Amino acid sequence: MTTNLELQMNKSSKTKRLPQLEIEKVATGVTGLDEILNGGLPKGRPTLVCGGAGCGKTLLAMEFLCRGAVEHGEPGIFIAFEETAEELAANVASLGFDLATLERDGLLIVDYVAVGRGEVLQTGAFDLEGLFIRIASSVAAIGAQRIVIDTIEVLFGALKDAATIRWELDRLFVWLKEQGLTAIITSERGDESGISRNGIEEYVADCVILLDHRITDERSTRRLRVLKYRGALHGSNEYPFLISSSGFVVFPVTSLGLQQTASTTRISTGIGRLDARLSGGVYKGSSVLISGSAGSGKTILASHFADAACRRGEKTLYVSYEESAAQIERNMESVGLDLRRWRELDLLRIESIRPTLLGLESHLWWLTQLLEEFDPSTIVIDPITSFLRVGSKSQTSSMLLRQVDILKSKGVTALFTALVPSETNEHTDVEVSSLIDTWIAASMVESGGERNRTLSVVKSRGMSHSNQLTEFVITNTGVDLLDTYVGAAGVLTGSARIVQQAIDRVRHAQEVEGLEDRRRHFDRRTGSIEDQVIALLAEYRADDVDLSRVRAAVAQVVGSDESTHFSMANGSPSAPPTPSDDREGPPR
Amino acid sequence: MNNHDTPTSLASQIAKQGDKTWELRLYISGQTVKSLKAVANLRRICEEQLAGEYRIELVDLSEHPELARIDDIVALPTLVRKLPPPLRRIIGDLSSSEKVILGLEILEK
Repeated sequence: MTTNLELQMNKSSKTKRLPQLEIEKVATGVTGLDEILNGGLPKGRPTLVCGGAGCGKTLLAMEFLCRGAVEHGEPGIFIAFEETAEELAANVASLGFDLATLERDGLLIVDYVAVGRGEVLQTGAFDLEGLFIRIASSVAAIGAQRIVIDTIEVLFGALKDAATIRWELDRLFVWLKEQGLTAIITSERGDESGISRNGIEEYVADCVILLDHRITDERSTRRLRVLKYRGALHGSNEYPFLISSSGFVVFPVTSLGLQQTASTTRISTGIGRLDARLSGGVYKGSSVLISGSAGSGKTILASHFADAACRRGEKTLYVSYEESAAQIERNMESVGLDLRRWRELDLLRIESIRPTLLGLESHLWWLTQLLEEFDPSTIVIDPITSFLRVGSKSQTSSMLLRQVDILKSKGVTALFTALVPSETNEHTDVEVSSLIDTWIAASMVESGGERNRTLSVVKSRGMSHSNQLTEFVITNTGVDLLDTYVGAAGVLTGSARIVQQAIDRVRHAQEVEGLEDRRRHFDRRTGSIEDQVIALLAEYRADDVDLSRVRAAVAQVVGSDESTHFSMANGSPSAPPTPSDDREGPPR
Repeated sequence: MNNHDTPTSLASQIAKQGDKTWELRLYISGQTVKSLKAVANLRRICEEQLAGEYRIELVDLSEHPELARIDDIVALPTLVRKLPPPLRRIIGDLSSSEKVILGLEILEK
């Protein structure tokens, strides 16, 4: 203890130089609380936890000790004025804390001070040295670094002499600080005049945490607020908290920042042509939102997503706030998706819960627990807009932001569906779009007396994607995206598309027909030209024969001029033409 | 006090008949003014009321700090009547004899 004290004194001398930066903190280990406290409680100083009956003071204090012992190896003392050690052990056993084991391991001493039971006769001056010796002895026995005093105000009721008690409390807190013990002092919430009923805050001025349990709209909410934290930054809002099966949970539950890792692995949405539009699928670990009006096919698209994840062998959690697991399986079977087999293989888990069953914080916690227990790599939440039945718009949005954060920090690929109120407005009532990586809007387009389903990618971070509206149809073998038909008035869907397809077919047929005609025309022309060539050749040959004859005649006439008698006596031409050769070599 | 009708008084009377010795334990811490006063006051009252029938055990918690928890002590000085049963406790420096006699349920002579 002396070394602790020296340490403490060294710290305080440093504190004088840099008062704002040197506050050393002790992590409570309580889910979410350390984030609000920017690290934890002030080390070596007492903190007052103040609240009405049944708001969780004792539990918070006990968890501070148990987590300190288990997670940080810091032994702790619990001075109980209200509940016996057995009662305390039984109360926190349901939250997973085994006090007996911690006590056996020398990490915890629960000391029940029975002063509150029965009247104590007093005569003459007294002090609380007995209590101090008792605490000091326990602290020394296990080298305690943390201490809880729950609830010291019981002394006021038991010992009557308020002046002496106040004097002694002052001494106690000075002593606690000297010992360098990080302490939680619990106190009943007072009336309007003070924070605690007996003004304990006068002694414990470093850090004051208020717990509150109130009922609004027939729903109970517990809230925590850090009233003051001397010399340290802290969250100043009221934070909802709940007492879960594994202890105290203050929201926000995780310290996040924006440090999630970004995967470049693409995964399929379960619909090949949608993947193509997203240039290969969505990123692993990203958040996808499918928004759409009633009946636009959100659940079917979500089921495709879940099915695809199971096909990849990924554990998938499907949380439905509208339909039971059996309903979803039956409905998806009708469009050719067999989800049951994945469930039987333990790859898929469908959890259905009524949104109104739990408060928003409890929903978040319930999901967090499920994530821990089932450890899925893909999750479908259908639909997130159901939470609007539980909380206001801003509460719901804030809860969903935390939900998306939690999923991202765990690297879970998430698909959310959201109901939009009308066809014209594709914005959801809950503002989550800023946290969503890929947003697909499903909508019903009304034209030509029918409603047709279309899909479009509203945004998709970090990938090229088609900006075109695409019609999709739900068949008994699942969802299929159709070719986009663009008409003068935009993308054509339904019968307008079918008409366009028919027109295209006719046009094509007509084109084929026209070409055939031209081919025949040329065929005919070629034929007639050949005929003409043959005729001309025949003509030429005939002319040639005539020419030969003329030549022969000319030669005869010239010869008779020189020796008319001799030639005529021979009776035959001297150089007869060779008509057979001529006939075989026509000009070409 | 002649409060004979309460069951505790009866019990203590019966106990007295069996064993005449009063066993008293006084918890103190060091030689403080309060400690010394309490010891002196207790001795005086016992001599006056229980001469020869009592035994006082002084427990200095500064020497045996572990006893504070074991015997469930908060305030000092604390006087505990161990015998006759049941246990009785009085805190303070025992400045009022009347209150001590009342608290220990000693039947005045």
